[in-house]
Amino acid sequence: MKSIGVLMTCPMHKYLEQQLETHFNLFKLWHCNSSITEFLKTHQGNTIRAVVGDTNIGVDAELIASFPNLEIVASYSVGLDKIDLRKCEEKGIRVANTPDVLTDDVADLAIGLILGVLRRICASDVYVRIGKWKDADFGLATKFSGKSVGIVGLGRIGTAIAKRAEAFGCSISYFSRSQKPFANYKFYSNIIDLATSCQILIVACALTEETRHIIDREVIDALGPKGILINIGRGAHVDETELVSALLEGRLGGAGLDVYENEPEVPEELLGLGNVVLQPHVGSDTVETSDAMADLVISNLKAHFSNKPLLTPVI
Amino acid sequence: MDCNGYRQENHDQNLFPKPKVLVLEPPPVFIYHEDKLSQKFHFLKAWDSPLPLDQFLTTHAHSVQAILSHGSCPVTTNTIRLLPSLGLIVTTSAGLDQIDLQECRRRGVSVAYAGSLFSADVADIAVGLLIDALRKISAGNRYVTQGLWANNGDFSLGSKLGGRKVGIVGLGSIGLEVGKRLEPFGCNILYCSRNKKSSVSYPYYSNVCELAANCEVLIICCELNEQTRHVINKEVLLALGKKGLIINVGRGAIIDEQEMVRCLMQGEIAGAGLDVFENEPHVPSELISLDNVVLSPHRAVHTEETLMALVDLVIGNLEAFFSNKPLLSPVLLDK
Repeated sequence: MKSIGVLMTCPMHKYLEQQLETHFNLFKLWHCNSSITEFLKTHQGNTIRAVVGDTNIGVDAELIASFPNLEIVASYSVGLDKIDLRKCEEKGIRVANTPDVLTDDVADLAIGLILGVLRRICASDVYVRIGKWKDADFGLATKFSGKSVGIVGLGRIGTAIAKRAEAFGCSISYFSRSQKPFANYKFYSNIIDLATSCQILIVACALTEETRHIIDREVIDALGPKGILINIGRGAHVDETELVSALLEGRLGGAGLDVYENEPEVPEELLGLGNVVLQPHVGSDTVETSDAMADLVISNLKAHFSNKPLLTPVI
Repeated sequence: MDCNGYRQENHDQNLFPKPKVLVLEPPPVFIYHEDKLSQKFHFLKAWDSPLPLDQFLTTHAHSVQAILSHGSCPVTTNTIRLLPSLGLIVTTSAGLDQIDLQECRRRGVSVAYAGSLFSADVADIAVGLLIDALRKISAGNRYVTQGLWANNGDFSLGSKLGGRKVGIVGLGSIGLEVGKRLEPFGCNILYCSRNKKSSVSYPYYSNVCELAANCEVLIICCELNEQTRHVINKEVLLALGKKGLIINVGRGAIIDEQEMVRCLMQGEIAGAGLDVFENEPHVPSELISLDNVVLSPHRAVHTEETLMALVDLVIGNLEAFFSNKPLLSPVLLDK
């Protein structure tokens, strides 16, 4: 397989890069300014039979068109919003992603963000570091245990979050495309009703055309001044401008965000707020999970090129 | 208030004077809810008086039957001896290391405390500190707010919580709540405690060092007493190891702080999440410089909800005492 051309769209994980270099003929798109045009000036488009993309730089129609021998897209992510799935299907290109291996980490981060915001762990850590504890006590926070949690999207990650929140005595409700028959949680067919009923709203669904800006002004107002929003999905799930103004005006109690509409840009107004915790898109960024995702990408590629079934196929 | 109202209240006060309660230093519940408490009780505020403490106590000796105390306010042998009518100490803390319990036992002074009121909040902070320390949430937050994400690229990787062996030191009310919360995260719970608990299936270790050697996270949930002072020492920390984390929601003095700082600086342990310190509010400056440590200013119980519940508990205990009824949350002193 050492002769098979594989294109990596951007730096993702050193270990993945090394593994791809070991097993395949690896091309790094960012060595050509991440531009397809630049890449094609110095390399033959025919050589590339596989592309590894991620949430940062995915696989769009332009890229697909540039590589006529492209057989498989192995995404270093579970999210598929950066892949032109329709185009892949049209051209008979296989698609694989990295589900399950990252579920725990993302769910853990969601709970960590809730505690960071409600219990003000991040803000009080800053307080201690700048020496303010010597002068005065920090002040009160809000209890997490027993609060009502609403989950948007009860897939693998949403379910994992629900299980964790239950152990804190939280009541769980959810909004999903359809009711899940085996989920013992209250189902809302309307996201406004979900937001009205809960204090902590967590976005855990996939980004599709239907879910773009699913968290809009109406939902935020329904969540209210004591509510907090946690986003571990995609930045585009939330109308970021509305979110910022709601936080500045006190119409929303707080937010814990791992994703943004225009990463790595984060709205400046959020940077100084004590009721907001901001993470640089680290949902699955642990050593263990990054390696596991990398292994899955490699395994899918090897399976494809040995004519074996993909381990985690999407198409 | 009109004249009639004033006279009525004054009249009531003379017939049914509010019971007097001595407060040495104001507990947080006092700072936030003095009004509610003062409706029922008349507080003698020792810290507010120009008199030195001993003199203040002697002046009010005969009218003081109850003291309202808190976790970092010592109620010493001397104080108790200067109050011959003392029958009750109510502390707003779950910890009792600040009260001379032996003297209370000797004098027949009852003690009421916060019981398991705080357990959920403390367990929540323990889990919050653990996730933060492993996943670098506070450090990541600083990375973003300082504008480093846009300029310097991806933040460094954290460590996975799932699959870790977590050792709980002290499986009382708080320790049990911590274990319960960590189970769905995929953690394997181990513990050490004064006695093995037959009602739990977690593996038991009779000493902390052995526990540390067998886990990757230590969560301190026990009380501070003679046996637990500096029980987390160099030996335990080295046994915990280079990938180990320590979370302390007990009392600062349970850990040999200097030794822990040294271990953190030299990479003998991987990180820490601390709500308590040996010499609060002083935090060793070396810890301030570390990114793998999460620092919390002793606020594991400082939530609005719990403080409200605490006010009700304090009032309930004082009312019970003054009407000769059983205390709501008594400490069992006959050990």
